[in-house]
Amino acid sequence: MSDHHDDEHVREHDRPLSGPALRAKALESLLVEKGLVDPKALDELIDTYETKVGPRNGARIVARAWVDPEYKKRLLADATAAIAEFGFIGRQGEDMVALENTPKVRNVVVCTLCSCYPWPVLGLPPVWYKSAPYRARAVIEPRGVLKELGSEVPEGVEVRVWDSTAELRYLVLPERPAGTEGWSEDELASIVTRDAMIGVAPVTVPERGRR
Amino acid sequence: MNGIHDMGGMHGMGPVVIEKNEPVFHSGWEARALALNLACGFHGKWNIDMSRHSRERIPPAEYLAATYYEKWLRGLEMLLVENGLVTRRELESGRAESKASGLAALRAPEVATFLGNRRHARLDDDVPPKFSLGERVLAHNDHPVGHTRLPRYARGRRGVIDRDHGVFIFADTHAMTRDQKPQHCYSVRFAARELWGPCASARDSVFVDLWDDHLDPA
Repeated sequence: MSDHHDDEHVREHDRPLSGPALRAKALESLLVEKGLVDPKALDELIDTYETKVGPRNGARIVARAWVDPEYKKRLLADATAAIAEFGFIGRQGEDMVALENTPKVRNVVVCTLCSCYPWPVLGLPPVWYKSAPYRARAVIEPRGVLKELGSEVPEGVEVRVWDSTAELRYLVLPERPAGTEGWSEDELASIVTRDAMIGVAPVTVPERGRR
Repeated sequence: MNGIHDMGGMHGMGPVVIEKNEPVFHSGWEARALALNLACGFHGKWNIDMSRHSRERIPPAEYLAATYYEKWLRGLEMLLVENGLVTRRELESGRAESKASGLAALRAPEVATFLGNRRHARLDDDVPPKFSLGERVLAHNDHPVGHTRLPRYARGRRGVIDRDHGVFIFADTHAMTRDQKPQHCYSVRFAARELWGPCASARDSVFVDLWDDHLDPA
């Protein structure tokens, strides 16, 4: 690990390095010494996922689909191309599929075998998505998981769980909430959450956003 | 392999807990572990399926106890040694005994292009599909000791071809022998009750992405 990197991560300053931190540091030193990695490239990779790529990207896609029926059509027909219109391309988003939630259908995305996730539109996956409980339970009891997360599915609504077992990456197009008529695309994007685009939460209008 | 990584349907794992305002990384070493994986992958000595298989080979008790980025570190160490980029002795001592020859490290100005490159799991090969939309299929009841993307919960179960994604690298062979074995990959829809029995809702389904080699006509 390069020295200036430690300075950037102030939260670790006063703590001794834990097992994995030592292991990562030792591995990085070895790989730099061997000429296999350049610490500056590591900084750049980290900066990309900390500041440039994240769920704000996906929120822009959803907001556009809500305001532009032609865009929504393109998104549902060929998500890879429609998402690429925004320049969101590359690693872990090479082949995208958009799944539309409706009053009758709720879509939920999981990767039971590892933690596949659409990086260019949602960033790196949160801990809960990568956790054993979610990977184990989303396929066998999606209704139980959704209820636990405060998003109970009525009996008459169908739940579709998508297990990301190949190189397809899934983005849920949530339902546009009532009370957002006339909102701009940017205002709409601001209320679209990561969890809604994974399919475990609806998009809601925050109290202060109500008109 | 019938590994601990194949978690779909297991019980006893506890609640799903969503952390509010979660940071991208919880500590600096997690970020370094991710970046090391990406930067080492740049050398092209292994493919993404081999990376997944390395993490699957972490012993089950350790796998369950490890965090995500600990698994990435463990998997990377395996790949580096198995593919001759680092010796076991170097890994243990932490000291390089020789420089890597003939390999140029990823440089910072190349990162954006590197991440933006499409890695072509989708292939242009002209391979006819074995199945058509709406066709009923039976997922193989097979238990290979190597890598497979057919989860245990779907094996021996009947489903319907919902989408044909086109021709893709077959992950199962690509992870073991680098054989791409181009073939169609489909989204196969399984009724929740076909997978889990009466405890599941009759309305619900699970869609699993599977390849021609995982399926037979039902």
